[in-house]
Formats: sequence, structure tokens, C-alpha cells
Amino acid sequence: MSQAVRVARAGGFRRRSAGPPPVSARPSGRRFWPQYVAIAPFFLLFAVFGLFPVGFSAYLAFHRWDGISPVTFAGLDQFRFLAADRTFRIAVVNTLIIWVLSTLPMLAMSLGLASLLNSVRRFRTLYQVVLFLPSVTSIVAVAIFFKAMFGNSYGVVNAALRAVGLDAIGWLNGYWTIKIVICVLLTWQWVGYNAIIYFAGLQAIPSDVYEAAKIDGAGPLRTFWGITVPLLRPVILFTVVISTITGLQTFTEPQVLFGSNAATNPNSGGPGQAGLTMVLYFYQQAFSNNNYGYGAAIAYAVFAIVAVFSIVNWRIVARSER
Amino acid sequence: MSTADSPLPTAVDAVRSVGRPPANRPVKSAGRWAHVPLVLATLLLVFPFYWTVVIATGTTGELNRYPPTLVPGTHLLDNARQVLDSIDFFGSMANTVVVAVCVTVLVLFFDSLAAFAFAKYVFPGSRFLFALLLLFFMLPAQLSTVPQFLTMIDLGLVGTLRALIIPAAANAFGIFWMRQYISGALPDELLDAATLDGCGFFRQYWYVTLPVIRPGLAFLGIYTFVAAWNDYVWPLIVLVDPSRLTLQVALAQLNVARGENLPVVLAGALMAMVPLIAVFLLFARQFVSDAVKGAVRG
Repeated sequence: MSQAVRVARAGGFRRRSAGPPPVSARPSGRRFWPQYVAIAPFFLLFAVFGLFPVGFSAYLAFHRWDGISPVTFAGLDQFRFLAADRTFRIAVVNTLIIWVLSTLPMLAMSLGLASLLNSVRRFRTLYQVVLFLPSVTSIVAVAIFFKAMFGNSYGVVNAALRAVGLDAIGWLNGYWTIKIVICVLLTWQWVGYNAIIYFAGLQAIPSDVYEAAKIDGAGPLRTFWGITVPLLRPVILFTVVISTITGLQTFTEPQVLFGSNAATNPNSGGPGQAGLTMVLYFYQQAFSNNNYGYGAAIAYAVFAIVAVFSIVNWRIVARSER
Repeated sequence: MSTADSPLPTAVDAVRSVGRPPANRPVKSAGRWAHVPLVLATLLLVFPFYWTVVIATGTTGELNRYPPTLVPGTHLLDNARQVLDSIDFFGSMANTVVVAVCVTVLVLFFDSLAAFAFAKYVFPGSRFLFALLLLFFMLPAQLSTVPQFLTMIDLGLVGTLRALIIPAAANAFGIFWMRQYISGALPDELLDAATLDGCGFFRQYWYVTLPVIRPGLAFLGIYTFVAAWNDYVWPLIVLVDPSRLTLQVALAQLNVARGENLPVVLAGALMAMVPLIAVFLLFARQFVSDAVKGAVRG
């Protein structure tokens, strides 16, 4: 539809009784008041709960404030402290390890599941519903499930290990095992969701492309790498970016997994802080310690890290095209 | 009707295959075997739910036994009673229902109205405003968490359910998704006809757009409801009054308070989950097919 028609339509609103509206009418702000009213609620909320807070966070990041005593100017002190903060460095490393160990295998599995789903016809809807189910379950409940399954002394995972003659593992105690539990949890919760997205992408690939490959004598593997993956690239790009943004902001999983660990601070990420993620550290500083200025500095650092990794991943996936 | 049924591919098969969905063909030969890994994946995905039921219906004694019991026990009611003793379960559920229903209704109305304006009209600043909306979509939540909390203190809303409902009443994702949906689902001719009949913007929205986009509203509605029901971080921060919590925050508290008694904690998790899973399964077929369509379009 041309812009002129759209403009005319809006004109028609204003002068209902005046016959056909002038098609050549130029857009003027006043004429479009219904459209502005329609989008106003979002932008009002956006201003109060989005734009203003982001700006105010920037202000806080350069100040010291505990919410009670007067705000004092801190300059770059918060960021200087952050750069030297060993705990924050632990949190960054933890987050990156968890993100790599969960995202890459998960997306590979999702792609596999999507291809399988695309090759069957029976029970397709049933499989899709089951694949979706973990992603609509609350993260709090899921974290509780996994805490139960990976229990240190009891727990079905250790029971299974003992059943095949292996030793039980203190899953929620070790540096790597804590990360593995969180990764298994993240993979379980999101593998099906991503598989559904890939499946949707597969459905959109026209059949004649596959016909041509078949005629050229390409086997299933060559077809997969030569046709399916390249044609699915936009969808893969989408899932990689979304997984980067959400994975680097992991919070609830470690918070609930170690929330009842009496031996440590509830928001410190478990034994050895092995489950302390960047956002959990932000929460701990801002809301457990009421250190609003430092919290804001951490929030901006997290934002920068997420942005850099999202762009780098975007570049990698988009470039491998050529 | 796979070709594996007949010893040789025949002309009938060739004719039959014409009508098949396109993407099925290249991997047709693997079709039957594909069920093996799919069933395996299904079992792995369902197992944690099953195991939750097993533990939630058992006792701590049974839990610590080796080998573990693999079938549900008989102590669900007892565990459920302990959940009710530990947290204000039904009060929290009522709060969650109020928040989820209010947020869903508001989001459906505000998002679809804004999406209609963005999808079908070009007005001064509309491109810029839409780009701004996408930018907001990408901003991480913790950038605004602290000031949002301070704003809620200023507004006197800390601890109230309104602190959860108001900021969530319209969102960038819903407008973006709905705009894509309306662009594809609502023919311009319909709007042109409505204009000729003298319908202005709001009557076009109410009488023409809303009836046409009902499937899209259903998807966005379920999506929003599920997200509101499961929301944890913001309620955890802003619901400072222990007597007024949502289910997820109450559940996390149960996990802290009764951490040593897993059957009770898991019974609580199960009770908090059942209504939502029921809603999801009720609409699952529709939801899944819409999600697939939306993903392609997006």
C-alpha cells in the first residue's frame, strides 16, 4: 500500500462526511492524533520505566549511594573498583563458561531434533508440545527439580551412577560440577524451544532445492551441511543472538539452586562462588548490600559484555556464509 | 505410507509423493528411525516432571534410600498440607492470577492497538519511534532495575501488585510480534472498505482489526500469561511485604525455608505449576502451530 493511501485513510478519519479525502494530502502531525494515542501507552511506560531508569543508572554508576545517606560523587571510582574486583572477574568467567557449555551443545542438539522432527509425520504435534513444555515451566520450579535430581548424597543422578558401579558425585559442591548442573538445566529448558524455531525454519525451505541436491547425488549429510544449514542461517543467527543475550544474563538458576545453602551467603552462587553469574553479582551488590552506585556500574559492564558478545557472534555466524 | 512399505518404488509412489509436504522428501528414508531419538528426547524432557511427582508423593526417608523408589508414593496430601502450613499458597496464587490476568488483558489491548498503528499507517516519526521500540527491546533489564525500584518507592507502590502490573502493561516484544502478525493477517482492502464506510482509526481497530487478528491475540495472550505467571526477578525485588507475594517468590521462599525437606518443596513446585501446565496443554496444539508461524515470520 502506498503512503498516499495510508495518508488518505487517516484523512478520511478526520473528515468523514466530506466525501473522498484528498489523496495528495501531506502528512501533518495533528491529523494523526489517533495513531499517536494508540502508541502512547507503550511510550509513556517506556519513558517512565525504560528511558528514565537507563539514564538514572548511568548517573548512579558515577556516584555512591546506599539509598539512605546522601548521594556522593564518585567519578570513575566504581568502574576502577570494578576493574580490580576479583569477585566480578570470577562472575564473568563463570558466566562465560556456563554460556559456552550450554549454548553450543544445546543449539547443535536443537538443530538435530528439528531435522528429525521434520523427517517424521506421525506424532509431530505431540513431539512439539513436549519440546515446548520445559520452556513454559517457571525457572524457579525447574531449578528446584534439578536441585532434587542432582542432590549430593541422594538424588536420582547419583543413584544412576551408583547403579552402573560409579561413585556418587557431590554435584552441587565442585567448581565444574556446579557449572555442569546449571548447563544441563539450561539445555533441558531451552533445547526444545530452539528446536521448534529451527523446525519452523526447515518448513520454509522449498522442496525443489532438495530435489536438485538429490538429482546431483548428494547424500543426507552433504544435503544437511550444503543446503539445510546455509538456508537456515537467518534462523540460526536469531537463536545464537537470543541465546547470547539470555545466556549471559543467567540469574534465577544459581539464585534458586543455592538460595538455601546455609553455609554461604544466599546470593553468592554456592560453594566457591562457582555458580556466581554476572547478574547474580549485580543483584547481590545492588539489593543485598544496597550498593546502588556499584550495582549500576556492574549493570553497565554486563550490558557492554553482552553487547560485545552479541555483535561478535552475529559477525561470526553472518560471515561464515561466504 | 512410506515407500518402505512396498518392496520397490512404483509409479503410484511417485504420484503419491507429489502431494507430500516438501521438506519430508529428502530424509524420507530416515523417517521411521527418526522416532527413536525423538522418543528418547521426549523421555528425557519429561523425566524431571515425572521425578518431581515421585518425590512430591514420597517422604524424606524414601528419598534417602538406595536404590531409590521409582514410582509415585502416597504422601502427596501430607506434603501438600505442609506446603500450606509453610507459605500462604492460595494467597500467593490469587496474587499471581490477578497479576497474570491484568497484565495479559492490558498487553493484548495496548500492544495490538499500537501494533495496528505501526503496521498499517505511516505517520510523522513512526519509523523512528518503531526503531526506538526495538532498541528498548534489546536493553537488558538490570540496567533499569535499580531506578525502577526507586521509582516504585517514590510512587508508594513497593510491595503492591500494581508495581508488577503497571510496568508490564505494554511491551516492545508484543508490539513487534503483533505488528508482524497484523501486516500479514489483515488485508488492506478490508481497511479501505471500512474507511469508505466512514470508519475512523479506532473503529477500524475495534470492528475490523480485532476480529481478524483473534488467533494472533490468542498466541500473544498465552505467551504473556505464561511469562507473567513465571516472572521471578522483578517480583522478588519489589514485593517486600512477606504477606503479599506471587507464587514464584513464595516457592523460592519455601525452597529456602524447607530446603531440607525436598518432598515438601517439590510438592509446592508441583502445585504452583499444575494450573499453568493445564492452561498450556489446553491450548497447546494451537499455540505450537502459531509459534511456528510466528518464528518464520519474525
